[in-house]
Amino acid sequence: MGAGHAHKLYRHARSPVHELPPHCKIAATFGFVLAVVATPREAVWAFGLHALLIAVVAAAARVPAGFLLRRLLIEVPFVAFAVLMPFVAQGERVHVLGLSLSESGLWGAWNVLAKGTLGVAASVLLASTTELRSLLLGLQRLRMPPLLVQIASFMIRYGDVVTDEMRRMRIARESRGFTARGVRHWGVLATSAGALFIRSYERGERVHLAMVSRGYAGTMPVIDEVTAERAQWTYAAALPLAALAVCLTGWMLT
Amino acid sequence: MHVPDGFINAPVSVATGAVAAAAVAVSLRGARRELDDKAAPLAGLVAAFVFAVQMLNFPVAAGTSGHLLGGALAAILVGPYTGVLCISVVLLMQGVLFADGGLTALGVNISDMAVTTTVVAYVLFRLLVKVLPKRRSSVTAASFAAALVSVPAAACVFTLIYALGGTTDVPTAKVFTAMVGVHVLIGIGEALITSLTVGAVIAVRPDLVYGARGLAKPLQLRTADGTTVQVAPQAAAPAAARSTRKVRIVGLVAALVLAGFVSYYASTSPDGLEKVAHDKGIDRKTGQHAAKDSPLADYRLKDVSDARLSGGLAGVIGVGATLAVGTGVFVTVRRRRARAVLPETETV
Repeated sequence: MGAGHAHKLYRHARSPVHELPPHCKIAATFGFVLAVVATPREAVWAFGLHALLIAVVAAAARVPAGFLLRRLLIEVPFVAFAVLMPFVAQGERVHVLGLSLSESGLWGAWNVLAKGTLGVAASVLLASTTELRSLLLGLQRLRMPPLLVQIASFMIRYGDVVTDEMRRMRIARESRGFTARGVRHWGVLATSAGALFIRSYERGERVHLAMVSRGYAGTMPVIDEVTAERAQWTYAAALPLAALAVCLTGWMLT
Repeated sequence: MHVPDGFINAPVSVATGAVAAAAVAVSLRGARRELDDKAAPLAGLVAAFVFAVQMLNFPVAAGTSGHLLGGALAAILVGPYTGVLCISVVLLMQGVLFADGGLTALGVNISDMAVTTTVVAYVLFRLLVKVLPKRRSSVTAASFAAALVSVPAAACVFTLIYALGGTTDVPTAKVFTAMVGVHVLIGIGEALITSLTVGAVIAVRPDLVYGARGLAKPLQLRTADGTTVQVAPQAAAPAAARSTRKVRIVGLVAALVLAGFVSYYASTSPDGLEKVAHDKGIDRKTGQHAAKDSPLADYRLKDVSDARLSGGLAGVIGVGATLAVGTGVFVTVRRRRARAVLPETETV
């Protein structure tokens, strides 16, 4: 497990965005999403500007548009929900192409779609320009409780191990001729899940013992302290400040 | 059920964020007390397990399949505090890394999916385990019921959050019907998978199941001359000795506040069933409720004209009555149990 954990979400490159300290990036992303959510939905053009901001950051981070768009697909379930909204919402009806749609429902759908998509795009950019470990370090720098950061880091570190274990169990099941077809086979799958839990828990105990034997006393040593200079903070703050400006203009003009 | 950005308005997102932060803080303290310095690796690995098991597909019928949400399972396997932490961390990582669920909606997601499911499931589970006979099968049955209720409960909390701060104009009753309807079905699947999984773990390592700790039988020594000696359990778990008084008081105060003040802000329109009944004319034939002249009819106190005061008082009285009945049932059950169990031997 000493090998580098370059996760598939991370996209390695050398760019100004990659080199920013992680906590600046997390704070900037959060600020950006907050500004987007606070933007009034009637200011349609404002969301175009927000999208433009994201596109500029993506270009600066050398993240190709195709990569970003493919990762946006995670949003599809909510798109389906948003499409339904004009049909079920109350309020005045407008007729488009012979369909009776609720006007407020259309606004609601637009609201969720625009803000949700921009939020997803911002998180995708964050995850693809920041390594997992430095993301966790950044969260710690932002005063997230250390125990929570440790739990999250163990989850990230062992997530692939546990998933792999699950995959091996699946291969073992399938090589014995098992295919799950319906509810009748849930027992077998649940037994696998139970076995997976026992293995994970026991691995947790072993990991703990190994840590204790190396001098663990409840806190993890921080060996690569990241600090941010004023210039880096200013640089990172450009995105949320621009979004805030767009948001405020949106409030003033509508 | 991951809520994206912009679905819930800013004030309610902030409020649920505060609720989630408080719940996580309490759970951090609780988990540290239960697990000591083991908390980080164990909770981390269990979070990884929850994350992995959410990817395990359970085929329902041709083509469709479901997966576990894991709140009830985590609560029963590792306890409520660690359970809340694990699910919260999973949600946090899903939000930050996989963009599944918005960053500003993190509070909504955590209070809905991590806190509600685990707490509801665990409370129900504990109650059932107390009432049911002390057997392994009753732990499985209790986990079935706990998981069954926890999912619609989360749907209800989602509807509540939506009613408070939803940005869309879909009527709350409709959201409620749709959400709860769908999640009752999901809950059945969740309950089946959870109980089967808990059963599988209990069969192999019953000591790992947090919710089944009371099942451990005391050690018996059979000596060569045929006598059996009961070995008293060494130092009972300190967690069990903790007083529940604080929890009880906080719960009571919360219930009273909710019933007394918050209920005023609840919707005065008829609930889903009443509305459907009215729309379809089902209720035309039904007579008035037998208790319509009761002093508490329609959640209003008779002869009190101020709407706020009357609704609040009715709520407070209702909480009091429920509490009295519940306590009565609980005390009776416990007394019967105490009579059934042999008096414990004193430790030397």
